[in-house]
Amino acid sequence: MKLEDLKKIREKAEKDVELRQKQARIRIVVGMGTSGIAAGAREVIRAFVDEIAKRNLSDVVVTQTGEKGLASQEPMIEVYEEGKPVVVYGNMDAEKTKRVVAEHIVNGSPVSEYVIEVR
Amino acid sequence: MAEICAHIMDVAANSITAEAKKVDIFITQDKNQVMLTVKVIDDGKGMTREMSEKVQDPFFSTKTGRKVGLGIPLLKGTAEHCGGDFYLKSKIGEGTEIFASFALNHPDLPPLGNLRDTILVMIISNPGVNFSFSYTINGKEFTLDTEEIKAQLGDVPINHPEVIKFLGQYLDENL
Repeated sequence: MKLEDLKKIREKAEKDVELRQKQARIRIVVGMGTSGIAAGAREVIRAFVDEIAKRNLSDVVVTQTGEKGLASQEPMIEVYEEGKPVVVYGNMDAEKTKRVVAEHIVNGSPVSEYVIEVR
Repeated sequence: MAEICAHIMDVAANSITAEAKKVDIFITQDKNQVMLTVKVIDDGKGMTREMSEKVQDPFFSTKTGRKVGLGIPLLKGTAEHCGGDFYLKSKIGEGTEIFASFALNHPDLPPLGNLRDTILVMIISNPGVNFSFSYTINGKEFTLDTEEIKAQLGDVPINHPEVIKFLGQYLDENL
C-alpha cells in the first residue's frame, strides 16, 4: 500500500465530496484535554473513526476540543446536528461509542442512558 | 499517563489549542537502546518566557484554570523520574518545541503505547492541521506527512471514510 494509491480513492470519492463540503450532517466533538486523554478519549475517537469508515458515513465528522471542565465525566462527547439540540454524552468508551453511532448517528435516537446533558 | 503516546497526544492537543497549523512529531530510540526521545514542534502562537516556565509548574495552572493543564508537568515529571531530560522552548509568534527523553531500562518507564491509533486519531480529528510523524526505533524508520497525503487527495477531505480506511491499513502495514 502506497500513498499513490490515494489517487484511486480520490477519483472514487470526488463524486460525494461536493455534497459533503456543503455541510457535514453531524459533527461529533470529543474532549481531548489531559483528563480526557487519560480517561480514554483516544479509544472513543478511534471507535468513531472506525465506525465512520465501516459504515461509510461521509456526512459525519469527528473533531477534538480541549478541556470541557467536567473531568469526572470524561471521556465526553458532544453531538451537533443541524436543527436539533446538542446532545452531550459522558463516561464514554469504545463499546458505548459504537452504540451511539448505531442508534443515534445512524438511526436518529439518542442513547438516553449515556446522555449527561441536552442543550 | 499510562502510555508515552498519551503524553504525545496531550502535547499535540496543546499545539492545536495554540492554533498550530503544523505539528511535527519525532519519536526516536537511539542505536545503543539507551534512550527514547520524543520531540514535538509546532507553529502555534507560542508563549512568553514567563508563561513557558509557568506551564511547567503543576500548581500554577490548576489554580488559575489556564487552558494548559497538568499535561506538561506530568510529562516533565515522567521524563525526569525515568532518567531523562525535558525542555520546552517557545517564542511568541513562532511556536513551541517540547523535548522529553527517557531511559529505556528504567522500571517505571510507561510503554510507548498504541502509536497507530494515536497517529490516526490525531490526523482524522484535526483535518485542518498538518502533522508530520517521524519514528525511528530499532533501526526501523517510518515517516508520514499529511501535506503529502492532502496533495494526493485534492478536494477529497482527509477525514473521508475511504481515506480513513486507507490510512488505517497504511499504518498497519508500514508502522
